[in-house]
Amino acid sequence: MTTAPGAATVRHVVGRIGLYVGICLLTVFFALPLLWLVLTPFSRNPSYRAALSGFSLDNFDKLFHNPQTWPSLRNSIYLAAGSALLVIVMAALASYALSRVRVPGRDQLLYGLLLLSSIVTGTAAMVPIFLMLYQLNLLDRQFGVVLVLTGGLLPAAVFILKDFVDSIPRSYEESARVFGASSGQILRHIVLPLIRPGMATLGVWAVVLVWGNFLMPYVLLSNPDKQPAAVVMYTFYDAGGQPNFALISTFALVYSVPVVVLYLFVNRRYGFAFQGGIKG
Amino acid sequence: VAGLGRGRATVFLAPALVLVGTFLVFPAVWTLYLGLLDYSLTGASAQAPNFVGTQNYTDALADPLFRNSLYLTLLYVGFSAVLGQNVLGFLLAWYFRSAPRPVRGTLTVLVLLAWILPGSVVAFLWQALLDRENGTLNALLHTTGTAWTIDHPMAVIIIFNIWRGTAFSMLLYSAALSTVPASHLEVARMAGARQWQQLRDIVLPTVRRHILTNTLLITLWTFNDFTPYLLTGGGPDNRSETLPVYIYKTAILNGRLGFGSAISLLLLLANLVIAVVYIRLLRGGSDEAALRRAERKAARAARRRQQSQPAVSP
Repeated sequence: MTTAPGAATVRHVVGRIGLYVGICLLTVFFALPLLWLVLTPFSRNPSYRAALSGFSLDNFDKLFHNPQTWPSLRNSIYLAAGSALLVIVMAALASYALSRVRVPGRDQLLYGLLLLSSIVTGTAAMVPIFLMLYQLNLLDRQFGVVLVLTGGLLPAAVFILKDFVDSIPRSYEESARVFGASSGQILRHIVLPLIRPGMATLGVWAVVLVWGNFLMPYVLLSNPDKQPAAVVMYTFYDAGGQPNFALISTFALVYSVPVVVLYLFVNRRYGFAFQGGIKG
Repeated sequence: VAGLGRGRATVFLAPALVLVGTFLVFPAVWTLYLGLLDYSLTGASAQAPNFVGTQNYTDALADPLFRNSLYLTLLYVGFSAVLGQNVLGFLLAWYFRSAPRPVRGTLTVLVLLAWILPGSVVAFLWQALLDRENGTLNALLHTTGTAWTIDHPMAVIIIFNIWRGTAFSMLLYSAALSTVPASHLEVARMAGARQWQQLRDIVLPTVRRHILTNTLLITLWTFNDFTPYLLTGGGPDNRSETLPVYIYKTAILNGRLGFGSAISLLLLLANLVIAVVYIRLLRGGSDEAALRRAERKAARAARRRQQSQPAVSP
């Protein structure tokens, strides 16, 4: 040891103080933007200011009486539920087939698709997708958006669900077959109940990703009546270009709550975080 | 085959394959072709687009706005993801190992919230934070009147993206750090190694592969991130116009579909390179593991031979 004990202590104390200051700053950095979301919806005079100027629930009253609120949330639900449903059904069928039948080049196919889905992102494929829906006459139709989003989510979904199917012993199905069960019955009564947790996970994952997706509906839907919450939030401006704070703040809160709830649900139940697939 | 003929398997597989083929594979391939046309949304070339060869590509490379957006994208990815999210995520994960529970809990929730809230919402939260007259930041710094998004658009979207995406790195590194054997750190500590020495000599070599994985994934995502558009709209004067925003503006807003496709293809290729490096890395990992397994097996066999030799040859 070349340094005196005193110097070491000083360095230790300085280090500690530095650490605490750093952690405090970091907490402020991450908390500061969120403050507005928590305070402004309940503020009597909502503005860009993140402060509570008198508690009131009037803003929510305005939100729930706005003609755009419910349709846009309904559109979000339609897109999210539609995509999640398609993803679950198709992924379940495909992963079962891939797990049980020896197709040559199966693993390569799966990896290739997974690779593709991480390369062909919404941003990179926005032009061809826009043009394709235009020519298929699916532009400005919610069903078109559902199809596009489902196509992007499917490879990862099949990949995840195949793991679940692989873990089911084949002997279950074989013994059912011995007792005369048909393929349909085997699928319905044995396979489906066993992979239900996997399907639930997939569903939540798909709903959260689609619910928050801005780019695809923004590019593919032009009629305001069809746009989901993610896009409609940006139309709450008055004629002068000023944001309508009463609407935006409450809408942001209402629109965010389902995502947070679903996240907590999955985190508590399965203890992992979900992210991936098409972003942006 | 347990209860599933090849025919039925095909039927099960078909819907997923058709959808993926139509909405994922086909667009990627089509981009290649569209990039060679002077396709536009309106005008004469909307009806009968002409084949123009590589002109879109030479046009793009000559376009100062394209080069500008390429440069800004590199800045954005480099500073917000490779440096920002990566380092901050690692530091958080490292700090959490010895952090008091309430501190760790609070920070984790905040960082995760920034990550899971919808993009439209967080973009507006940041607009409120940075507003010229009433923004929280200006109120805190007593700098009312400073228009951050106009004066420093790139800095704004970079810091925004660090805030937005650090959670993933934090989660990944937390998991990675839990694989570092505590006994190794204990030995190092007793030998008098300081924190950063432990970090450099023990922790970083152990989690090297996680660092690469994390860097590649967040690079891929940030490269394709459209959220800056919600914050600055690419402006002012294209000063925060990253590649995704540039593609949106030229192709969808201005209707230059062929030109936009050519640029999309460049983005696709960049994604492909990142993804291939990532996959090679994963495969390299399994090769290494297989090698180690083989070595262990060989060593065990050698030991057995040594032990059994005296018995066999009396």
